[in-house]
Amino acid sequence: MYRTLVTDVLVIGAGLAGERTAIEVASRGFHVIILSLVPPRRSHSTAAQGGMQAALGNCAMGRGDSPDIHFADTVKGSDWGCDQDVARLFVNTAPIAVRQMAHWGVPWNRVVAGEKRLPDGRVIFDPEDYAGLITARDFGGTAKWRTCYTADGTGHTLQYTMDSIVIKMGITVHDRTEAVALIHDGETCYGCVARCLRTGELRVYLAKATVIATGGYGRLYGASTNAVINEGTGMFLALDTGCVPLGNMEAVQFHPTGLVPSWILITEGARGDGGYLLDKNLHRFMPDYEPVKKELASRDVVSRRMVHHMRQGYGVESPYGPHLWLDIRHLGAKHISTNLREIAAICRNFLGIDPVKDLIPVRPVQHYSMGGVRTNIDGAAYGLKGLFAVGEASCWDLHGFNRLGGNSLAETIVMGMLVGGKVAEYAAGTVFTYSSRLVDTFVRRTRNRIDDLVSGRKGRENVFALRRKMESILMENVGIFRNGAGLKHAVEELQVLHARAQNLGLVSPGRGANPELTSAMRLPGMLRLALCIAYGALARTESRGSHYREDFPYRDDVNWLKRTLAYWPEGSELPVLKYEPVKITELPPGDRGYGDTSSKQIQNTSRAASN
Amino acid sequence: MRRLTFNIFRYQPAVPGDKPRIQTFYLDETPGMTLFIALNRIREEQDPSLMFDFVCRAGICGSCGMLVNGRPRLACKTLTKTLPRKITLFPLPVFKLIGDLSVDTGTWFRNLSIRTEAWIHTDKEFDPNAQEERMDNETALRIYEAERCIECGCCIAGCATANMHENFLGAAGINRVARFMLDPRDQRSDREYFEVIGSAEGAFGCVGLMACDDNCPVGLPLQTQLAFVRRKMALAGLKKS
Repeated sequence: MYRTLVTDVLVIGAGLAGERTAIEVASRGFHVIILSLVPPRRSHSTAAQGGMQAALGNCAMGRGDSPDIHFADTVKGSDWGCDQDVARLFVNTAPIAVRQMAHWGVPWNRVVAGEKRLPDGRVIFDPEDYAGLITARDFGGTAKWRTCYTADGTGHTLQYTMDSIVIKMGITVHDRTEAVALIHDGETCYGCVARCLRTGELRVYLAKATVIATGGYGRLYGASTNAVINEGTGMFLALDTGCVPLGNMEAVQFHPTGLVPSWILITEGARGDGGYLLDKNLHRFMPDYEPVKKELASRDVVSRRMVHHMRQGYGVESPYGPHLWLDIRHLGAKHISTNLREIAAICRNFLGIDPVKDLIPVRPVQHYSMGGVRTNIDGAAYGLKGLFAVGEASCWDLHGFNRLGGNSLAETIVMGMLVGGKVAEYAAGTVFTYSSRLVDTFVRRTRNRIDDLVSGRKGRENVFALRRKMESILMENVGIFRNGAGLKHAVEELQVLHARAQNLGLVSPGRGANPELTSAMRLPGMLRLALCIAYGALARTESRGSHYREDFPYRDDVNWLKRTLAYWPEGSELPVLKYEPVKITELPPGDRGYGDTSSKQIQNTSRAASN
Repeated sequence: MRRLTFNIFRYQPAVPGDKPRIQTFYLDETPGMTLFIALNRIREEQDPSLMFDFVCRAGICGSCGMLVNGRPRLACKTLTKTLPRKITLFPLPVFKLIGDLSVDTGTWFRNLSIRTEAWIHTDKEFDPNAQEERMDNETALRIYEAERCIECGCCIAGCATANMHENFLGAAGINRVARFMLDPRDQRSDREYFEVIGSAEGAFGCVGLMACDDNCPVGLPLQTQLAFVRRKMALAGLKKS
């Protein structure tokens, strides 16, 4: 026996993309249920500090901005990996999305009239007739100041405002509920089997349309800025259908300075204001590699240099693995307590050190997943009717091989708004019929999986041990530097882990909402995602955006101006890779223009990378 | 390096026959260790059935409130080196227990939003073709200051009134109403706010111990917000009578 709930539209994930989709669908008169691992306001969307890009052109440094310029920045940032029809639709809609969020209650920072002096000495002037309009800040990779923000908590205010509309509309949210299998017959998706994370009970949700909005997979990597719930759950649910492909899984963004050992992001401001990177001998090593730009070279370049330097044996050993030092002591107590207040607070709260007199332990960490469930421009997943995906869980594909800062928050809301409309259209044109035998089959399979794990009848492999191995394999071989030998090794090792993960058995009794069972149910799918990333990276013999191959250091538009599609047929030991062309409509491939280091030596810098 | 002793409350109401108890774990302290790191190590190395909640582990999402040696704290930003060798962890009171250190703050706060109608009340329609309405930046920053609440529940758990009266909205509720009062986009009158919060379950239920102000992990000026709301509600109450 199991409880069955029927709705028009099922949204899996209650971050910004999921909630915005649900609002659009509900506003057109359809019934929606949102499932979420956590209460919506705990979603990882809340952690985005930076902002949301939209070409409003209100502030002095944004004057003259337009969707056209936003479009060009986005395409260059993606290293020509994005679909340009998607990028065009996105940039044209982003200003409406920002203004609608203002109408719903987001306290966007506003233009203050008058003269201001920037840190680099430039003087700018905001005239009175722009005062009170939504302002914007500077972000890497953008030609204009375009990133709208609310102080240091943009994701927080967007999520709280979005959720206030969900509550106002009375949309049903089942939090602490995890989708564990999509119900489908190879042609159509009918909803999912879900497990209650309060009681462990299994439930069935049936819907005309199912939307995956589960965010990224950052936690596959041992060191990631992502929230601990970002384990790519929705992506492997789609992959495990055998008919839905994941797009560009090898496109993984890294950030140079994650705090050791919690991997909390230390923003670029620290280096922007003059911070140094030091090695175990307290030597400032960046000028050795990048004599001109030093610590201020692009994010990908700095990350690569840091990892290279640690590989040479100059990393500081710690119980959490090797790291380097970020030194801002010479900037002085006054500067640190004002301009770098946020960084100082993170150091004190999470590490108990004072950056006025102490060195900050940092290393490059995983940050964002460009790849995901491959959809068309309407957000409909390839391969299954009635299945959609939005936000970081999707590969729409707005970001190509590198995402611009501020484009991820914007994507969640713009895509949710647009795809929500398409989902509603789909629901309106669909008569729902389903086979209870099919549903039974999927519930029984899930029950069997749980029984296997709890009884240990298939083996006693330990979920935490296998997981740690997966994390370190990805960090070491499928990280910032990639090469044929390392990737081949990673694929082989991950295949072994994937085979072993078929024989997991719990240590604990596994009763109720047991957290070990929760982890054990996710791990095999996470390993399949890891294999999609590693195998896709091995096959892609070029460097593009965040995908950097030491053995193929240049972008290769002749052979690789195409998107990877990874399928996982049932019972397979490896993904099956197919490719499709990238849509180029307006801007032919060219130089990204990210400065001297990007031009020849390292083709794919991404200053554009984000916060 | 210290050897830490953790005394942790264990009880999973969803598991038939389970009884509340205290379980003791030992762990060697490492540099920069927070309760996030410690609890995950205990789960992975000693007892994988231990329930607790972390999401962002960066003090942003409000998931990990718990009683740390009797005080409501965010576990992710509590460094073990700031604590004595013996550490006692209990779930937050007031909220419904899910299991061990995990409590249902999500449902409690959703109910709070419903009761206080915590959304912008306006009869204006959104016009996608129009420029945004203007707002003074100072106003935007004041709204943001109140909007910073992360709904962790530390103010509620440490509140004497909330521990005694189930329906008391607490500091988080009063602060939430203040956030909308400060917002010129919300067209509710003081009279309408009075209906929401002008009672012993709202602004007048507080007995002024102000533990909320001390316990807030994001440093919200809860005492100031209470005074602001009370003053407005007292005036609205006078006008009403």
